Amino acid sequence: MLKINNLTKKFNDRTIIDNLSFEVEDSEILTIVGPSGAGKTTLLRCISGLEPVDKGEFYLNNKKFSPYEDTGSESVIGVVFQDYQLFPNLTVLDNVTLAPQMVLKQSGAIAKQKALERLSRLQLNGKENLYPYQLSGGQKQRVAIARALAMQPKILCYDEPTSALDPELRGEVSNIIKGLKQDGMTQIVVTHDMDFANEVADKQLHVVPVK
Amino acid sequence: MLSLNYISQILPSLLAGTTMTLKIFCWTLIGALPLGMIFGLGLVSKIKLVKYILNFFVWLMRGTPLLLQLIFVFYGLPIVGIVFQRYDAALFAFILNYSAYFAEIFRGGLQSVDRGQYEAAKVLRLSYWQTIRKILIPQVAKIVLPSIGNEVINLVKDSSLVYVIGIGDLLRAGNVASARDVTLIPLLLVGVIYLLLTAVCTYVLRQVEKHYAYWR
Repeated sequence: MLKINNLTKKFNDRTIIDNLSFEVEDSEILTIVGPSGAGKTTLLRCISGLEPVDKGEFYLNNKKFSPYEDTGSESVIGVVFQDYQLFPNLTVLDNVTLAPQMVLKQSGAIAKQKALERLSRLQLNGKENLYPYQLSGGQKQRVAIARALAMQPKILCYDEPTSALDPELRGEVSNIIKGLKQDGMTQIVVTHDMDFANEVADKQLHVVPVK
Repeated sequence: MLSLNYISQILPSLLAGTTMTLKIFCWTLIGALPLGMIFGLGLVSKIKLVKYILNFFVWLMRGTPLLLQLIFVFYGLPIVGIVFQRYDAALFAFILNYSAYFAEIFRGGLQSVDRGQYEAAKVLRLSYWQTIRKILIPQVAKIVLPSIGNEVINLVKDSSLVYVIGIGDLLRAGNVASARDVTLIPLLLVGVIYLLLTAVCTYVLRQVEKHYAYWR
C-alpha cells in the first residue's frame, strides 16, 4: 500500500500541489484526473522521484521512503512516460534488459529470458530485435511498459497513456492495465481522458489547480 | 615539366614530411577527442565553477589563432620555466586547441539529447556513468559526427602550422624543395598528398557515420 501524506510542491512561489493526501491499496488502479494545469504530471513526477517535494511523507507498506532521495537499486516506482522515452540507440530487447543487467545485476541470459516472456505477453513477439523508430506508437508504449516492469517496481505509473494513441488503441491500453492488475500490480494513471479513467479506475483522485 | 625522375627524387623527403603530419594528426585526435568529450560534459555540468573555468578555456583557445598558441607554447612558456621539445610543444598546443572546439561540439550534442532520456534512465535506476556510457555517448556520437568530421579535415591542413616552430612536416618539406630547385612542382605534389589524406579521412568518416545509421 502506498500512502502519501500532506504533499506540497511549489515551483518558486507558485504552489502546484497543496497539502494533498491519498492512498493506493495493493493491486489497485488509481486514476488521477483533472484539468490541464492542475498538477497531475507534477504529482506523478514527485511520486516517481523526478522532482523533490517541499513537504510531505511517502509510505510504502507503512515504511517511510523518499522517492527523490532514495537512489538504491531497489525500484519502488516504475514510470511509463507520455512520450515513452525509449532509448533510440538500443533494440527493443536491450531497452528492456539494460537496467536489469546493469542495476539488478541479472545475468544476460536471465534478463533476456524474462524480457522475452514479458514482451510476448504484451504481444510483441518477434519485435525484440527492432529499434524503437521501427515501432508504432502502441508498440512503443508496450515496450515502455515492459521496460518499466523489468525493474520489478512495486507501483507502475503512467503519464497520459492514451494521449498519443489512436482512439481504437485505448481499449488495448485499458486491457493491458487491467491485465497487470490481475498480476497484482499497483498502478497509478494520470489522464485527462475521463472515459478512459472511468473504465480502468478502482479509485479516482480529482485534482484541481491551486488558486 | 613534370619529370618522373624529379618526382622520385623529392618524394622521399615529402613522404617523411607526410609522416610527421600524420603523427601530429593522429596524436592530436587521440588526445583531443576524449579531452573534448570530458570538457563537453563539464560545460553542461551543474557545477558553476567548472562551467566558468571551461568557458574561459574555450574562449581563450578559440579566441586566439592556433599559430599564436604554438608560438606561445614553444617560445613563451620557457620564460616561466616550462620547456617543451618542438614536437611536444606542437602536440600540447594542438590537443588543447582542438579539445576546445570538440568540447563545444560535444556540448551541443549533449544538449540536444532529450531531457526525458535522462529521466527515463533515472527512474530505471541507472547511475550517472551508466547513463553516460549506454545512453548518452551513443546518441551524442551520432549527433556530433558530421561536425567532428569537419574539424578532423581541418586538422589535416592545420597541422601545417607547425612550420612556425621549425617542425619538418609535409608543407615544409615541399617549401624547402620548392625554394631549392626553383619550381612549384613540389608544392603541387604537396597539394595532391593533402587531397589524398583528406579523401581517406572523408571515406573513413562516412563509414563511421554509416555504422551509426542502424537507428534513428
